[in-house]
Amino acid sequence: MIEGLLPQLDIVRKDFPILERTLAGGLPLVYLDSANTSQKPQVVIDTMVDHLERHNANISRAMHQLGAESTEAFESARDKVAAFIGAPRRDEVIFTKNASEALNLVANSLAWATGDLAVGPGDEVLITEMEHHSNIVPWQLLTERKGATLRWFGLTDEGHLDLSTIDELITERTKVVSFTWVSNMLGTINPVAEITRRAHEVGAIVVVDASQSAPQMPTDLAAMEPMERPDVIAFTGHKVVGPTGIGVLWGRGDLLAQLPPFLGGGEMIETVRMEGSTYAPIPHRFEAGTPPIVEAVGLGAAVDYLGELGLGAVRDHEHAITAYALDGLATVPGLRVLGPLDAAERGGAISFEVDGVHPHDIAQVLDARGVAVRAGHHCAKPAHARFGVQSSTRMSSYLYTTPAEIDALVEALEYTRSYFKLG
Amino acid sequence: MTNAPGQDLDSLYQEIILDHYKNPLHAGLRDPFEAEVHHVNPTCGDEITMRVHLDGGVVSDVSYDALGCSISQASCSVMADLVIGKPVEEAMAIHESFLTLMQGKGQVEPDEDVLEDGIAFAGVAKFPARVKCALLSWMAWKDATTQSQGHSESQPQEAQHG
Repeated sequence: MIEGLLPQLDIVRKDFPILERTLAGGLPLVYLDSANTSQKPQVVIDTMVDHLERHNANISRAMHQLGAESTEAFESARDKVAAFIGAPRRDEVIFTKNASEALNLVANSLAWATGDLAVGPGDEVLITEMEHHSNIVPWQLLTERKGATLRWFGLTDEGHLDLSTIDELITERTKVVSFTWVSNMLGTINPVAEITRRAHEVGAIVVVDASQSAPQMPTDLAAMEPMERPDVIAFTGHKVVGPTGIGVLWGRGDLLAQLPPFLGGGEMIETVRMEGSTYAPIPHRFEAGTPPIVEAVGLGAAVDYLGELGLGAVRDHEHAITAYALDGLATVPGLRVLGPLDAAERGGAISFEVDGVHPHDIAQVLDARGVAVRAGHHCAKPAHARFGVQSSTRMSSYLYTTPAEIDALVEALEYTRSYFKLG
Repeated sequence: MTNAPGQDLDSLYQEIILDHYKNPLHAGLRDPFEAEVHHVNPTCGDEITMRVHLDGGVVSDVSYDALGCSISQASCSVMADLVIGKPVEEAMAIHESFLTLMQGKGQVEPDEDVLEDGIAFAGVAKFPARVKCALLSWMAWKDATTQSQGHSESQPQEAQHG
């Protein structure tokens, strides 16, 4: 038996109704695309349905009982998310549409910032070569628009950040350092504390894309040393067993209060006159318009669900499954894993290539066996280019993944090789 | 409503397609040419650089450098072999016929007289995610040919890079 798996995995799987369905030809579903989006437990589905059936109303504006219930549900979701990430303060949690919007919110607000936060010629924004496009393009836009310079950490052959250049890259010119906690392509877990400390020593703002880390490892911001705690983190709801259409931006309260508004409109104001307006305090300052209410409520149920399983237990499970998968993949001839080969250094997304078969063709044959993976560049084209590949196949496990599913993947990869007549 | 991927896998990966994938025809970039285009499939990253040489209203050469899956590579090989030597008008009609087949959701009966090896792609039309793979090179060819026609008065270009 493999150590570290979630206790009562069979019972946990029953929480996810979609895992019971079969695919064309009666094949069972082997879902290995959770880094793309996670599946949803019944409690999330039920919570959202219940909200729509019994409590639906707009929030913060309706004086009636339903309005009060809906507002209560929405704000209580904020409390749950704050607890999930160990936010020092609940009002530092901003709901967005997704992680991309959260990152764009920060980059755009910085474009409008004045004083210490202003970004301009001579200033530098530092990212890394392993970022998802959503943590590259907003910074390209910011630096292009403001005449600042974009720089980045390169990668080692093993798929780690090349920190040997850290002294040249983090300097007094650095205004923002933005990087991913866990790579969506290479799986690499980055040293958040170390990089954050170095960035803070030069007074830079640290933004961390937590889209892949929040689902699979504990996040406790309040427990981090202030020097080692990022100033902003962003993640999306649908990867933490919540619905799509809801994301989270957490930011240090005094930083958020200093940032100019991003979207203007209802809810984000204090008062509006034709001559000008004043703005609400955080979090509402950054939540213009009617928010995704039922999605936020669903996210609240999702992070509660994860909290009950325990993120430590989820991380142990991912570690065990990832190690098992790395062993299994190593038995497939011609298969090369991109990224760290030690499960302790990585998350549950494993990208690989197989000599002689294009990732699309691999994914197609796998799908015919009921195994769902992702093929392509995974919105990380620069990271692929770094390893000299145009695209890759990615399997990504989650808390409901079983060793038998990894066996099915390996068996389907063997079948793929025989289908394409590779010796 | 849903495909039966298990059963359809062989209809997708016809022997003809796998043969063209392993031994693509007319591959490589050649001179002379009037237009060179670079097309990418943004969702998957497949890409192709293609040159077209027209001579007296005839597609004299199609040369290419392509990175992609078996479907996109084989489709490019089949396309180049079909249009080379054909008058532009006839080649455009073949293009139209292939496009109709690909957009037909598996309901269009292909005309072997027009599409020759191209009929092997009939199965691809049942896989919406793969239609764009099959069409990448055809769209690049149409673009390059249209541009070449614009240059038909002028002399062919020489390669700008080695």
